[in-house]
Amino acid sequence: MNAPADRSVAAASAHERWQREYREGVGDEREIANVSGIPVAPLYTAADRPPGRDAALGHPGQPDYTRGIYATMHRGRTWTQRQLVGLGTPADYNARLLALLERGATAVSLIPCNSVYRGLDADSVDLELLGTCGTVVNDAEHMARCLDGVDVARISCAMNDPSPFTLLAFMLVAAERRGIDWKQITGTSNQSDYLSHFVANHMFYRLALPGARRVLIDHIAWCRAHVPRWNPMSVVGQHMQQAGATPAEAMAFTLSTAVQNAEDCIARGMDPDEFLPRFTFFFDISMSFFEEIAKFRAGRRIWARLARERLGAKDERAWRFKFHAQTSGVDLTRQQPLNNIARVAAQAMAGIFGGLQSLHTDAYDEAYATPSEAGARIAIATQNILREEARLTDVIDPLGGSYYVESLTDAMEEKIVAIMTTVDDAGGMYKAVESGLVQRTIGASAMRFQQRVESGEQVVVGVNKYRADDDAEHRPPVERPDRDAMQRLRDAFVAAKARRPAAAVAGALDGLTRAAESKDGNLFAAVVDAARAGCSNEEICTRLRRDLGFGHPLVIV
Amino acid sequence: MNDTAAPAFRPRVLVTKIGLDGHDRGSRIVAAACRDAGMEVIYTPPWQSIPAVVKLALEEDVDVIGISSLATDHLVVPKLMAALGDAGLGDVRVVVGGIVPENEERALVASGVRAVFHPGSTLDEITTRIRDYAGETRRARTGGEGAR
Repeated sequence: MNAPADRSVAAASAHERWQREYREGVGDEREIANVSGIPVAPLYTAADRPPGRDAALGHPGQPDYTRGIYATMHRGRTWTQRQLVGLGTPADYNARLLALLERGATAVSLIPCNSVYRGLDADSVDLELLGTCGTVVNDAEHMARCLDGVDVARISCAMNDPSPFTLLAFMLVAAERRGIDWKQITGTSNQSDYLSHFVANHMFYRLALPGARRVLIDHIAWCRAHVPRWNPMSVVGQHMQQAGATPAEAMAFTLSTAVQNAEDCIARGMDPDEFLPRFTFFFDISMSFFEEIAKFRAGRRIWARLARERLGAKDERAWRFKFHAQTSGVDLTRQQPLNNIARVAAQAMAGIFGGLQSLHTDAYDEAYATPSEAGARIAIATQNILREEARLTDVIDPLGGSYYVESLTDAMEEKIVAIMTTVDDAGGMYKAVESGLVQRTIGASAMRFQQRVESGEQVVVGVNKYRADDDAEHRPPVERPDRDAMQRLRDAFVAAKARRPAAAVAGALDGLTRAAESKDGNLFAAVVDAARAGCSNEEICTRLRRDLGFGHPLVIV
Repeated sequence: MNDTAAPAFRPRVLVTKIGLDGHDRGSRIVAAACRDAGMEVIYTPPWQSIPAVVKLALEEDVDVIGISSLATDHLVVPKLMAALGDAGLGDVRVVVGGIVPENEERALVASGVRAVFHPGSTLDEITTRIRDYAGETRRARTGGEGAR
């Protein structure tokens, strides 16, 4: 047997031989970098790891959590299959939901119509647009219809529900009327991260930044006391990456947002060990396979450190980086649409290897339509195939210890931390968004990516390479919600509004104003009271916008 | 582009979003590309009302209006076309970019939309065609060739 010194000499000469042969074989080559700008070498070896790092790799469920936040990871409970659902009327949504539950779903989601995001009721918007991108939910009655026959205490419901969280208020009122204890209710306020909306998604500009900030902290505090199993904070990186942020930028800005919101809660007197375990994250998974895996592994490690060292959390549950991820809609192509099934599978694999807790796989037809039933079925089947046929979940963090993945995880960590430092230097995420720093960074990255696609450096199969003429097949006509049903919904809603006791409605809306004007009033408590009094989404949003200011987007081109 | 055929005018283009959705990655990139291609770009935040777009088109004397639609807002574009006609702006060329299913694209074209750009269109293609359409608008206004 060789002595260790001989082995390392042998390794060095083997490496030299490989370098020589590689250069001879490949010749001059262009340098390759990933989307975040990290150079990618043709081979990684033990020499690429800092000494002692492998020994410090750790175990899943233990700090620094690089290998996963739970000891069991996907070997225990895999992940939650949380497909986005939302279309048409509350009755349409209810039918789709009951069918999903019939098929064994235990977690559901509710995507409201864009009019709801905008704070507009059915009688204020074009009929053509109602229910085309989500369900029309304007008041507690509509929510009760959505959840008819659903055991709200047993399922976990994630609602796309930006500030001021009217959908949660409607759901709580609907549950209360059925005698369900709020303490049993579980789920997540998706989209509660107002900063990501200001940066990237613009789905709502219901409130100006200061008002949105206050309502979020009120909502976190109120949920803690009244709906303790609810996750009031979902910090969103997905919007920013879909808007063009690189994976490193998206992770950095998301972590900076989480720090901002946590520090706002601490400033309010809340204990990080109490509220941080209910923080969750939501990310995009793009086509850059290894980069995405490294992004998640690095993010987990950085969050554990931030939660402990910067935010002062002592409870390990507060250090765990729980995240939902969604495959990337912008990477899907209209050309040769069935190719998208392969893209979604690759993205889902990256997310699974990255250690996600919850997954939405996109339907292949999203690049040209709101997903069809058939498209949604294939998306779910993709998850089942990866888990139960390909058996990706047999081993925890199966790429851990890979020279490349570990080196890339380190490099992504370094990059993410550097971007977070620029945010800190700008005064934190709130100020960096207010000044447009984050928006400009993302806009520049979006343009860079587009240029890479147009130059052919970034291949998109069927679009800038391997094009085919017959790509129009498999694109069936798209059907929209039934306009007559939508008209009936609108008429019934208008009639129901007219039947409400006017004094109770006015009193509840004035309650919002009182909460907005008082220093200590909890705005979300007032939103729940207004929902109970029969106020509509538009009425609540309009009043709060009047009292707290309307948020105008920064226009940066 | 062929230099000898370079147009002697700067097209004026309004890039905007109507309806309910706010996803603006596409509109921002297209606006920047038009600007970089030497056009005069008037850009707005999302959620413009149809009367606001008509008013802006009139005030800014635009040649082309580009509507970005990622989440079904194209369904109200025929209303925009009618409003432009009512305002005497029937010769302003309107293009739509984003996610538009084929069966609905036909309705847009029938309402007078000049072109629909789908995902995968290149910026070069988009800016070249917008420049051509701006030329059509100018010629139509001066009663020359290309008038409708």
